[in-house]
Amino acid sequence: MNNTPPESYRSGPDENGHFGIFGGRFVAETLMPLVLEVEKAYYRYRDDPEFRNELEYYARDYVGRPSPMFLAERLGAELGGAKIYFKRDELNHTGAHKINNTLGQILLAKRMGKKRIIAETGAGQHGVATATVCALFDLPCVVYMGETDIERQAPNVFRMKLLGAEIVPVTSGTATLKDAMNDALRDWVANVEDTFYIIGTAAGPHPYPEMVRDFQSVIGIETKAQILERENRLPDVITACIGGGSNAIGLFHPFLDDESVRIIGVEAAGHGLESGEHAASLSGGQPGVLHGNRTYLLQNEDGQILDAHSISAGLDYPGIGPEHSWLHQCGRVEYVSITDTEALDAFQLCCRTEGIIPALEPSHALAHVAKIAPAMDRDQIIVMNLCGRGDKDVFTVAKALGVEI
Amino acid sequence: MSSDNRLTRRFEKIRSENRAALITFLTAGDPNPDTAEKILAGMPKAGADVIELGMPFSDPMADGPAIQAANLRALGAGMTLKKTLATVERFRKTDDDTPVILMGYYNPIHYYGVQAFIDKAIEVGVDGLIIVDLPPEEDVEMCHPCLTAGLHWIRLTTPTSDDSRLKVILKNSSGFVYHVAIAGITGTRSADSKLVMQDVARIKRHTDLPVAVGFGIKSADQVNETAKFTEAVVVGSALVQRIADGSDASKPAEEICNDVHQLVAQLAAGTKRN
Repeated sequence: MNNTPPESYRSGPDENGHFGIFGGRFVAETLMPLVLEVEKAYYRYRDDPEFRNELEYYARDYVGRPSPMFLAERLGAELGGAKIYFKRDELNHTGAHKINNTLGQILLAKRMGKKRIIAETGAGQHGVATATVCALFDLPCVVYMGETDIERQAPNVFRMKLLGAEIVPVTSGTATLKDAMNDALRDWVANVEDTFYIIGTAAGPHPYPEMVRDFQSVIGIETKAQILERENRLPDVITACIGGGSNAIGLFHPFLDDESVRIIGVEAAGHGLESGEHAASLSGGQPGVLHGNRTYLLQNEDGQILDAHSISAGLDYPGIGPEHSWLHQCGRVEYVSITDTEALDAFQLCCRTEGIIPALEPSHALAHVAKIAPAMDRDQIIVMNLCGRGDKDVFTVAKALGVEI
Repeated sequence: MSSDNRLTRRFEKIRSENRAALITFLTAGDPNPDTAEKILAGMPKAGADVIELGMPFSDPMADGPAIQAANLRALGAGMTLKKTLATVERFRKTDDDTPVILMGYYNPIHYYGVQAFIDKAIEVGVDGLIIVDLPPEEDVEMCHPCLTAGLHWIRLTTPTSDDSRLKVILKNSSGFVYHVAIAGITGTRSADSKLVMQDVARIKRHTDLPVAVGFGIKSADQVNETAKFTEAVVVGSALVQRIADGSDASKPAEEICNDVHQLVAQLAAGTKRN
């Protein structure tokens, strides 16, 4: 492999869904015709004016886009150094960025004539966002969720039920997000005629990583316009947390060819990379193949997939979207990691200084902001995607802080 | 591909006996490496014509509950890809005729190293591979190196494979074609045999390779029904369930072996076309 940078970092994937050596379509033959059908439909509709109009209409009047960009002045004063902006995707309907994607995918599913929606969920945010659009468009919704996650995310389970979704507890394997995705794929194989699988992150077989990225890119497109309007220049640093990496790729993608912008993805280091209990696929994993794509994975020396660990259920996945693996390999994006403890500190800092209870996921990104901002100049700018609100996490945080509620 | 390989010879022999081949699936190392090897050693005598051996994986996405559990039992008992290859090597010391096909998912091989794995598989006496998550779109990964090295690349056709898709699937298939009778995972529902018969007839218009049918076949009657219109019948989950039952009841290894071999003998009786 040569080291010349590509002409553009925004031209992937190629026609086979590859980002460099990552991505692809590693699925069972039964699913291949479906995956090809989704690809064909997505390429047909993504630039269709009627599709775009409908997506923009619901994004504006239902989700509440564009989400604001907020100058976190008290946080900035406390940390010293750079100016910090929050891209406030936690203000979206359902409280996270996930709905940007579920809305796009369900509009596609409807055009494809699909009658039933399935999804996987870990923390429940993608499950809630899927159940929400299924209620809105009157389609039955089945959500696969690991039994372990059902126990620790009871409020989201009830939310999904209120929205009319059927929750299927997953007991196979280790009963977490990766197993929920396995079972959703098994459902899809058995219901090929009428079912559309709404994958929640920028991973899975082609065209999902590309499609999810495109639907989430609204975050980066808005950010660029907003920062140019406010500051009349591009930010020095943009950053976001990464589990599968959909909010991050959504923020990053429109900035990839802006050389002056330093881009940082923040993985979950759990109890620390050296502890072996983490969810940092890039920092602590190796390339492999799972859930339809080649990407960095947590795995043992026999190629068996390992369990991820993070205090944040939304980052608790042993893989990462393939485009991130590629951006890591070509060095365009820096990937760092933040521990549970550091994220908890940042969570509290945000509550205290800005009056915003962030989700534990973006608390990881915030913890990294807290590390780098003080060393930066006062006229430098950081934009962080605040991709979810933390109401869902108050029980987890209380427990971690030793508080009974 | 040389024509004097075990798989081709075996299919020729069975054709002359006017019956279908019985392909038996077991997960390597299930319920533990020792017992699994005893079960494997007795399979040809019990009536298995072709051995399909699953390479355990933590995330077997195309498999139903029975085989998922088998994967976890094997991994829990310390099974690895290297040990699976060693199992085949020992099997070959006593049996140089029965074809052995390894079935599994790509990641453990990806980690092991594709070419190193192919070389080792040939060395220990593996005849072919079925890698579930490597469709024709990813042929450069492993299919091309396998065919170059002389290892059969066996692919799945499914009820979702229309004529244009069949052409793509069959292009680089070798050894035999494995038709998945249902759109679904292993060991769940059974197919309507009329529909399967139509699918098999359609596949045969596209290829001269033997066609095996599997997924949802559990009894000698079902084997017999299927044997009428195919060259081979695959049974997996029903055998694996025997192992699960024996293992759950803490039966000694010999008894689990007998249970499995008895079922194989019953199934084998169903392969005759009369």
